[in-house]
Amino acid sequence: MPLGIVAGMAVEEELNEDALNWNAPSPRLRVLRHYEVAGATLISLILAVAVTVALGAGVVVAVVVVVALVLAGSIADLVAGRRVRAWGYAERAEDLLVRRGVMFRRLSVIPYGRMQYVEVTAGPFERAFGLATLQMHTAAAASDARIPGLPAEEAGRLRDQLTSLGETHAMGL
Amino acid sequence: MSGPDAPWAPAGRSSPDPQVTAGLGGDWQRLHPLSPLVRAGRGVIALLAILIIPTLSSQKGSVGNDLGHLGLLVVIFVVGLISWLVTRWRVEDGVLRVESGLIRRTSERFPLSQIQAIDTVRPGLARVFGLAELRIRLAGGSGKAGRLAYLTNAEAETLRARLLALSHGVAETTPPAAERTLLSVPPGRLLASMLLSGTGLVLELVIVALVVLAIVAPGIEAAALSVGAVGLFGFVFGLARRFNGSYRLTVADASDGLHLRSGLVETSAETIPRGRIQAIRMIEPVAWRLFGWCRLEVNVAGQKSKGRQDRAQRKATRALLPVGSREQADLLLARVFPGAPEQRLAPPARARWKSPLRFRYLSWGANERYAVTTSGRLRRVTDWVPLAKVQSIRQVEGPIQRRLRLSSIHLDTAGQKVHAVLRDRDRAEGVKLLAQLPDRCRHARRLEEERRGDLGRLM
Repeated sequence: MPLGIVAGMAVEEELNEDALNWNAPSPRLRVLRHYEVAGATLISLILAVAVTVALGAGVVVAVVVVVALVLAGSIADLVAGRRVRAWGYAERAEDLLVRRGVMFRRLSVIPYGRMQYVEVTAGPFERAFGLATLQMHTAAAASDARIPGLPAEEAGRLRDQLTSLGETHAMGL
Repeated sequence: MSGPDAPWAPAGRSSPDPQVTAGLGGDWQRLHPLSPLVRAGRGVIALLAILIIPTLSSQKGSVGNDLGHLGLLVVIFVVGLISWLVTRWRVEDGVLRVESGLIRRTSERFPLSQIQAIDTVRPGLARVFGLAELRIRLAGGSGKAGRLAYLTNAEAETLRARLLALSHGVAETTPPAAERTLLSVPPGRLLASMLLSGTGLVLELVIVALVVLAIVAPGIEAAALSVGAVGLFGFVFGLARRFNGSYRLTVADASDGLHLRSGLVETSAETIPRGRIQAIRMIEPVAWRLFGWCRLEVNVAGQKSKGRQDRAQRKATRALLPVGSREQADLLLARVFPGAPEQRLAPPARARWKSPLRFRYLSWGANERYAVTTSGRLRRVTDWVPLAKVQSIRQVEGPIQRRLRLSSIHLDTAGQKVHAVLRDRDRAEGVKLLAQLPDRCRHARRLEEERRGDLGRLM
């Protein structure tokens, strides 16, 4: 989608005045997403095969189902890859920028002073990859400042930094 | 009881109201013994009626059944009694403490210095017994609300006045802030507006359809009615609640904010501190435009938390103006957001392809302090957001928007009702806005702080 890329660059140019450097989630997130999609595909394959056998459907049906599922899995994997690549964040002097999304591209600006708390979560799979998800909460429920797939130490650093920045810029409601 | 004007006596001096002063002096106080009954509300009453009436009327009913009913009654009574016994409150060292729960004990602390407003709520059942609930709302981001449910009316009034006096650090004999009534909503207009609202119109259509069906085909009348009635029930209930919540609503202006009073069965008196209003939304449904009516809703800070308590709180913050003329809306708006911008910028013409229904209403404008956006498909929705209250800014670009070189800018504020969006702007404009708006918000915040500082010096 050339237009989308142009848009992303335009945004960066406009915001580039104070030397913006975008950080991306860890490359391990891409690997994690591979595994997640593969796992989901595998489980649905097993279920589908079990159902076809239970219903006594022919071999043709079984093959069609398997091919369709594998195809769906590969598409999901491609989409997941693009979504991982689309994710990025940048720390500016007074606010945090978070961009994400492939179909719906979002770019959020969250002033440090608006931060109420920072949350770092790591599910079992994320932990196995040494990753963590960081989310910055403001008083507005709609604020969208989630960064997945950060290396655990980077997530810790960012959390501490955001907390201290939030304290210095704090402005209440 | 000697009423709210009695002198505030520190422990030892002749206490005018033993109940209340004891609580303020530091002793633990219980709520009114009927509290569990009122809190359980209609459910318990209905249950009691179901259980007791057959027991009384049928003398020769099976003994086992009666015993079962009796057991259930005892259990309900004991549960209520325990919940009353374990709930207590007191004021000590400038902190209101409320403890409750038998197995999972909760202890809440509400520093009096942080009290922003105290609302009084009286559900229908509480009014029967002359009880009232106090809702203590604190300043700060948490939006935590303390509930004292229930106290007797006199107790509630005395305690409210004294807590407010303590929180402001003034003598408790200080009269409450003088208020000026801005407007009140006549019940007739409220009823008409509800009949003409979206839900009301649907309801009327369904009723007409049912009646027509009953006349044309009497055979299926019963079946259709029973199906329809179940569906209608929820609608009617919702409408009735809205009617009750806005019945005879009066809005008054006082130094501590806007005072809202309303209610038919459940009455409530609520204070909305002006600085706490995060955004205002004006809604003009199609059918209302015949009369030039509109509705104003506000976002109040600190409603984000979830849970039971929060539901009660959300219900309490009703529409600022359930129905009113444009003049009334403008009057309120001028009170809350003085100097809101007039200028409006329309989106580029190609936005018509993405939002054909919305297009004619799409616009936005801003000045140094406020941003205003308009949108809506059938009804027109106008949102005002003080730039000083914006929590975060988002640019969102969907697939269709990308092909049309459009993007939307969301201004996120605390609270649930209002969501201001600068929809379908030209991409270049959107990019420029995203770069500028954070600084404009910061600037607005500085202005706001200076203004508040000036006010502080004046007072």
